[in-house]
Amino acid sequence: MAVLARLDLTPDEQEQLTGQLDRILDYMDKLNELDTESVEPMSHAVDVVNVLRPDRAVNQPRTEDLLRNAPARDDDFLSVPKIIE
Amino acid sequence: MTVHELTLHELHDRLRSRELSAVGLAEALFDRIEATDGAIGAYLAVCREQGMEDARRADAQLATGDADSKLLGIPVALKDVLLTEGVPTTCASKILKGFTPPYDGTAVRRLREAGAVLLGKTNMDEFAMGSSTENSGYSITRNPWNPDHVPGGSSGGSAAAVAAGQCVAALGTDTGGSIRQPASFCGIVGLKPTYGRVSRYGVVAYASSLDQVGPMTRDVTDCALVLQAIAGHDAADSTSVDAPVPDYAAALTGDVKGLHIGVPKEYFAAGLQPEVERAARQAIAELEKAGAVVTEVSLPRNDYAVAAYYVIAAAEASSNLARYDGMRYGPRAEAEDLTSTYMKSRAQGFGHEVKRRIMLGTYVLSAGYYDAYYLKAQKVRTLLKQDMEAVLEDCDAIVAPTCPTTAFKVDEMTHDPLQMYLSDILTISVNLAGLPALSVPCGFDDAGLPIGLQIIGKHFDEATVLRLGYAYEQATEWHTRRPEI
Repeated sequence: MAVLARLDLTPDEQEQLTGQLDRILDYMDKLNELDTESVEPMSHAVDVVNVLRPDRAVNQPRTEDLLRNAPARDDDFLSVPKIIE
Repeated sequence: MTVHELTLHELHDRLRSRELSAVGLAEALFDRIEATDGAIGAYLAVCREQGMEDARRADAQLATGDADSKLLGIPVALKDVLLTEGVPTTCASKILKGFTPPYDGTAVRRLREAGAVLLGKTNMDEFAMGSSTENSGYSITRNPWNPDHVPGGSSGGSAAAVAAGQCVAALGTDTGGSIRQPASFCGIVGLKPTYGRVSRYGVVAYASSLDQVGPMTRDVTDCALVLQAIAGHDAADSTSVDAPVPDYAAALTGDVKGLHIGVPKEYFAAGLQPEVERAARQAIAELEKAGAVVTEVSLPRNDYAVAAYYVIAAAEASSNLARYDGMRYGPRAEAEDLTSTYMKSRAQGFGHEVKRRIMLGTYVLSAGYYDAYYLKAQKVRTLLKQDMEAVLEDCDAIVAPTCPTTAFKVDEMTHDPLQMYLSDILTISVNLAGLPALSVPCGFDDAGLPIGLQIIGKHFDEATVLRLGYAYEQATEWHTRRPEI
């Protein structure tokens, strides 16, 4: 699960989290007491509909402002580790 | 009273009459922060230079006689989850250390356009995950009423700053109670607006279907004024709702005659601190005396709210926080390949509670567990929303305590995350249902710590919630008390 979550946990963290998550998930099992056979799941509290707009650029590129926060850059590009061997 | 104890509307009157200058007010508050924040720890960043510039601009506008904006020259603080152009924004996380946003969030921009003076960014639980501000990646914040106690969370820095007179008003965010609970713990007013009332553009996402920005202030009038400035549709947030924004100050009539109030019996069940129950019942009696019609109601499935909430919030968080991978912003760890770089950067950047929720969220969304946990929680969410709506069909508002207890001690709950989650039992159904809810001061416990009264309204009916809060405030004096600092 830690690999799926992309977290490099120490053995101590793994042990502590396993115990805590077991307890929390046990508590979550409480949800099974409710019959939800004919209940629709909900993902939003208010009715949301697709919002469409013309595909037109409205903002100016701000390369410097954006790259200022980058951990590594190469000229006007973000620099990242090699992805394909 | 000195300037740091006054309300926003009182200060507006003084600024307008030129009895006080915006520069003088900002200076007084920056000095106040310097003198008191060593003991409180409400701020992560103070921006004196920029703030003084804001204040000079406000004075120039006031000099022309244009003082229509109630927020003109008013010093405010912002929870560090709100993006501020040119001012570092970290969400109290090491993974965003040094991050300076290239733009303002919509709520921030609207405050700036109204002429507010930005004092600084306030401490919080990392990525808004927590109920005590102890999960900050940088430092803890202490309760201005008693430094041995927490200010609540996750908007604990904003609440403490308002209570301690280190700002006039602040913005927080509320995903499961993160505005209302710290407001209750610090003896101030806090409002979680209806989901969709305030734009989330430029608010770092925790659980996108639950997050909402709202005001934290010294009284209900101030709360109405700040809400007025930030509410309304925003094309940049497709979940913000295009509904008319009423004049909130006009709702503060003091008249609540004939309003129907539901008091949910489950919210008064075992577990309430006796002083909290007493104060809430007295407050309800006060509203009844003012002419409101009080009936006992039931939210029969409230007991399942914590479980449903933490499944949904953790699931959304694990997805939202996938973007922190050390590639575009934040520190990047050295590692031999790409996956290890992700894993090391994230492990070094996130704190314990954030890791816990990412793990939990990853688990409940993973193949084989999705139906049992995530889908189940979404269905229970429907039931909880139905329960709330059924009550609000017959009532104009639901009234109850904001929290089961007053502020707990620093370190008291940190060893037991589940216990900390359970303390959110009275606030999270509101987020699951997307409703607006206010917390107003309604008394003190035997140790002198504040108690909050929660007023929950119908979708987009902040006006009635504020009207009830204002009428209660007019009949009592709790909101006029200030901690000694």
